[in-house]
Amino acid sequence: MDILGYKKDYQLFAGTRSKIKPSIIKSSKNNQSNNKKRLSIKHVLDEIALKDGMTLSFHHHLRNGDYILNMVMEEITRRNVKDVTIFASSIFPCHKDLVKYIEQGIVTQIYAAFISGPVSEAISEGKLKKVAVMHTHGGRARIVESGELTIDLAFIGAPTCDQTGNITGKIGKSACGSIGYAVTDAHFAKTTIAITDNLVDELDDFQIGGQYIDYIVEVDAIGDSKGIVSGTTEITKNPIGLKIAKLATDVIKYSGYFKNGFSFQTGAGGTSLAVSEYLKKLMKDENIKGSYALGGITSYIVDMLKEGLFEKLYDVQCFDLGSVESIATNPNHIAISASKYANILDDCLINNLDFVILGATEIDLDFNVNVTTTSTGEIMGGSGGHSDTAYGAKVTIVVSQLFNARIPVIKNKVICKTTPGETVDVLVTERGIAINPLRTDLVEKFKNTNLPIKTIEELKAISDNLVGIPKEIDFDDKIVAVVEYRDGTVIDVIHKKNINNKG
Amino acid sequence: MTNIRRSMLFIPGNNPGMLQSADVFNADSIIIDLEDSVAIDEKDSARTLVTELLKSVPINNVETIVRINPFDTPFYEKDIEVIKKTNIDMILLPKATIESIKDLDERLKDTKIQIMVLIETSLGVHQVFDILNTTNRCLGLMLGGEDLCVDLNCARTKSGEELLYARMHVVNSSRALRKFVIDTPFTDTNDFEGLTKDTYFAKSIGFDGKASINPRQIDTINSVFNPTEAEINHAKRVIEAKDLALEAGKGVFSLDGKMVDLPIIKRAEKVIDTALKIGLMKIGEE
Repeated sequence: MDILGYKKDYQLFAGTRSKIKPSIIKSSKNNQSNNKKRLSIKHVLDEIALKDGMTLSFHHHLRNGDYILNMVMEEITRRNVKDVTIFASSIFPCHKDLVKYIEQGIVTQIYAAFISGPVSEAISEGKLKKVAVMHTHGGRARIVESGELTIDLAFIGAPTCDQTGNITGKIGKSACGSIGYAVTDAHFAKTTIAITDNLVDELDDFQIGGQYIDYIVEVDAIGDSKGIVSGTTEITKNPIGLKIAKLATDVIKYSGYFKNGFSFQTGAGGTSLAVSEYLKKLMKDENIKGSYALGGITSYIVDMLKEGLFEKLYDVQCFDLGSVESIATNPNHIAISASKYANILDDCLINNLDFVILGATEIDLDFNVNVTTTSTGEIMGGSGGHSDTAYGAKVTIVVSQLFNARIPVIKNKVICKTTPGETVDVLVTERGIAINPLRTDLVEKFKNTNLPIKTIEELKAISDNLVGIPKEIDFDDKIVAVVEYRDGTVIDVIHKKNINNKG
Repeated sequence: MTNIRRSMLFIPGNNPGMLQSADVFNADSIIIDLEDSVAIDEKDSARTLVTELLKSVPINNVETIVRINPFDTPFYEKDIEVIKKTNIDMILLPKATIESIKDLDERLKDTKIQIMVLIETSLGVHQVFDILNTTNRCLGLMLGGEDLCVDLNCARTKSGEELLYARMHVVNSSRALRKFVIDTPFTDTNDFEGLTKDTYFAKSIGFDGKASINPRQIDTINSVFNPTEAEINHAKRVIEAKDLALEAGKGVFSLDGKMVDLPIIKRAEKVIDTALKIGLMKIGEE
């Protein structure tokens, strides 16, 4: 079946053990020019031969405070360019201007690992001419490094940049810490433009080398500092979330993998943060020290580094100011690229991960997880590193309330399969813990504990009894987005909702 | 459900989200509240919500108690009228007096619903033995420190010296009548150190458990009232020694050089029973 605007030779997901081995290209960029600085984005674009069908890339380290994408697109749209592909690591509500460009036919395709806000609504409504491609964080690096997609222009929001183009996110008024998602773009784009609000003479410590940068533009501000660290970074006070976090910590404790040298990743959601707090206490009580924590890093994980509970933090993205400050000052808090984090073509760090704590909008009886759409089928997120880390971790723990405002998390079938069930090991809810029967070792481990172990079918029955089974959502035939697994196979597609269906 | 009451959690009767999840917080008992946490203009809707919830939502493995409005309010009779048709375990009678418990006992005569009294006035403290002794339907009490301090005309402090007499007195009266006795809540929900200290004190003077106004306090309260590993191990050894003595036909025996008599055996049996019921031991381990 052809999917409009998507690669013709795509393959369907065939399990995580499929033998797909994408080719790999090498970056050969080496721009040693001493004349990279231009007065404005306009001046850069005046020099470049823009053409229809170009692919422009952006990173999301400035999160919902990002100014770069909007200021670049404003200039692009003045130049009568059409059929532009936006290759952004994530899209946030602050990028709402894109909707206008989609409606005008200027932007016809979007690639991203996570899309929320007005742009996701426009895609769900079928406004984008070609399908959106929802990849993973590791998958994004693979797409570029395999040559599957060529970035024509990479625009890199640079919190600090020197005269040769060396870039760091650690310092500057818009410091965001790690800029791991921008590294591959800079290495492989045909042309790379650094846009900075802190141009300095020379940087000794940088994350992207100047040889990969072709142009430098200085602007007043690359982002709004209030929005830059906009992830949820407070531990939940919700007693149900805390109970789930406590149970998840018990799962870690009794899994058989909780021993000196273990590695760990958790997100920035309130319940995930609570897991790190409970884990901190557990590690102290049991006198266990971990090797590294990975991923998006928060202050809570930084505190564990400071207290010697982890030897190192490998950080692709900082979630709060505490982690930004730490990465700038602590040599054991190390910035890594998205490729080093999770690219299937790289010797990536997720492969040695012991535990990951993940969320879910929906999970089905085969443990497949949806974090891409809402329970009613609209796009509102995406994998990010979800399916990457689920693949790599020895114990993948999904934490979720069994239901929220009468919407159940366990379904017979998820609306969108973001992460395959074969990589999800444990579901922790407030009313019990379900272990994936594929993990016979874990099933055996937990047999002799006092933990409330149930089958996922039993948990679903409890949920159905309390909140009922929601009506099936009616979708149109039109495909609005393709969901790619980390190896580039198509794990699912998202359809436009039937217009009369209010969900 | 067990007769262990380490923790009793108040859940506002007008909060559907909390009510629906009432049985997930590990509290041994939940107290659905129609009194203080419900504003006067929400009394009717809360009563309807709670009765519909009790009819349709299974609340599993937790003792279910409803705190009705006090005897001298216009909501008291209506509360009893609808609540007595549900399958709850107990009604918590606030500001209990001899007069009010007699009235409630009479109104519940055709039901299996038991009574627990809230002692939160100086008169209530003074009359507590007689209140508890009014009816076999009354299984125990809770001390309400906040209202009591208002009645006593004193400030409620974290250290709680002002409640010392009331605490000792209600424990003694309850024990004399073999009724359970629950301590007043610790109201600073962010001070877990203070909660732990206050709960240890309650345990040390004989309370069976402690009330809570926030689910986040439950694990702390339960862990304080749980028998410790050392207590469980000692209890196991007492029971083993007793069994050996019985086999040998000895009436009196000693353990670690100390004479073991009936109260020690009873205490050991209670520790084992509690450990089994709350899952700290499995059947066969004793």
